[in-house]
Amino acid sequence: MNEIVSLKDIVVDFDGERILDGLSLDIHDKEFVTFLGPSGCGKTTTLRVIAGFLTPKSGSVLFDGKDITALPPYKRQVNTVFQKYALFPHLNVYENVAFGLRLKKLPEETIRPKVQEMLETVGLKGFERRSINQLSGGQQQRVAIARSLVNQPRVLLLDEPLGALDLKLRKEMQLELKRLQREMNITFVYVTHDQEEALTMSDTVVVMNKGNIQQIGSPQDIYNEPCNAFVARFIGDSNIVDGIMEKDFLVSFAGREFTCVDRGFKPREPVQVVIRPEDVAIVPPSVGMLTGLVREVIFKGVHFEMHVDVEGKEWLIHSTQASQPGELIGMNIGPDEIHIMSREEV
Amino acid sequence: MFRSKASRWAAAPYLVWMCVFIVVPLAIVVWYALTDASGAFTLTNLTGIGRYASVFGRSLLLAAIATVICLVLAFPVGYSLSRLRANKQHIMLMLVMLPMWMNFLLRTYSWMTLLEKNGLINKFFGLFGIGPFNMINTSGAVVLGMVYNYLPYMILPLYTAMTKIDNSVIEAAQDLGANTFQVLVRVLIPMAKPGIGTGITMVFVPAVSTFIISRMLGGGSNLLIGDLIELQFLGNSYNLNLGSAMSLVLMVIVLLCMSFTSSFDEEEMEGVM
Repeated sequence: MNEIVSLKDIVVDFDGERILDGLSLDIHDKEFVTFLGPSGCGKTTTLRVIAGFLTPKSGSVLFDGKDITALPPYKRQVNTVFQKYALFPHLNVYENVAFGLRLKKLPEETIRPKVQEMLETVGLKGFERRSINQLSGGQQQRVAIARSLVNQPRVLLLDEPLGALDLKLRKEMQLELKRLQREMNITFVYVTHDQEEALTMSDTVVVMNKGNIQQIGSPQDIYNEPCNAFVARFIGDSNIVDGIMEKDFLVSFAGREFTCVDRGFKPREPVQVVIRPEDVAIVPPSVGMLTGLVREVIFKGVHFEMHVDVEGKEWLIHSTQASQPGELIGMNIGPDEIHIMSREEV
Repeated sequence: MFRSKASRWAAAPYLVWMCVFIVVPLAIVVWYALTDASGAFTLTNLTGIGRYASVFGRSLLLAAIATVICLVLAFPVGYSLSRLRANKQHIMLMLVMLPMWMNFLLRTYSWMTLLEKNGLINKFFGLFGIGPFNMINTSGAVVLGMVYNYLPYMILPLYTAMTKIDNSVIEAAQDLGANTFQVLVRVLIPMAKPGIGTGITMVFVPAVSTFIISRMLGGGSNLLIGDLIELQFLGNSYNLNLGSAMSLVLMVIVLLCMSFTSSFDEEEMEGVM
């Protein structure tokens, strides 16, 4: 796959504060890339650098191999879907979508079918004459998406576009955006702080924190092999415990040794062990690798969330079978479920 | 039921106020305009106004020029004010309004001393051996006075309209391929329309009926409708009936202008509704 957008050593300061600290990233063509991170991590700033609303203090932005760092937004082949839609309130739905085409001075015969086709794609056929203020949040979002896509950008940037929608609508739109990306066959760069959204939609997830990239990988990689404690904590729930890597494929934590699938660490190297709550199997105490005292049980619909005291540390366990608070349980962890991270990376 | 009855009673004092101070005086003006000195019905006051067409024309022209200049000056000011941070906006707004707290007469008078043949500006140019220029008692000086006095009334509504324009809307336009000029024409001006309409009304109406500015800065040769009306009521050519007729015609002109600008606003409202 070839790179369509490359960021090289981007530094952005704002009011004396460093927002992006030498960020480098390649975005491949026709990929669904998500920038994921807590608020203030620099994900929206990165998007604005690609769109051209922000000129980095240093570093360069390449588009299709050409340097576009100094190019103003209106000359870039990217379009943006804004967080708060940013539709033109003085124009109706049709004119909002036609805005970009009119700027290109296309004749009305060319504009009309394009706008109509795009409105049909986003499910707003027949809404042409509606005023923006007559639309619901979800419909406004669809207009914003249509307004961008009608220009056939090579890259579509989306800045937390579903943030203002309710949960059900958000789930619908997630699938729809994914469908649109496949149909249009273009690159989507998506910004969100919602880890579930990122895992659902992306081909590649870029986890960011404090102006730096923490990890780049497929959703499975990011979830199963977090490279540091920040990623592990941010993506889903996890138990992170200190341990010692005895030798290749053998780690000790919580007072006993476990076989694992990791190797390449120094002998007796201090490490951190990540275990996902759903990867702990509950067994009778007599046959468990670990035993723990159940403190609290919360029903979550699909599973029970249990807070279990193991050797003085609280563990989080998700299980479909309920235990009672105060009960002693045994816990088994398979070698595949143990993820080892070096402690320096914390 | 109770509420609507109560609110009807609550509106009563205002209705009385409107009758006594708006409807009745208006009726008196109409009555004077349609009668002669003896009180008999006549149309000569109104038909005779044609003689003053040049004065009406000059008033409308100078007020229109001043309004256009105000609009051109105020648009960038209003825009940049609306883009400032909240605390800076307050300080800058105060500065815009500050001259309005000074007496109107005083402000205009100070322009006289600046523009006079021996005024400060000519003295300054004199240092370099240029001039003196003939600035006072010209229609240019009248327009200057109008622009200076009424500019804040244009800035404020434009600023208010533009604070409602989110930065992301401007960015969206740029993102879709609009350069600076296209952002201005396709987004800023259409979205600031309600403010433009209000601003035009608030500058044009007082400018077209002013008499102090033209008297102080325009000399005798730049008579405006306001001056003409004043002459009928307080001046040598005392004629209440003619003065009332002139006021009536002026009022119709102003009403026409206002309905023109508010048709602007209504278009805007339709989009919102």
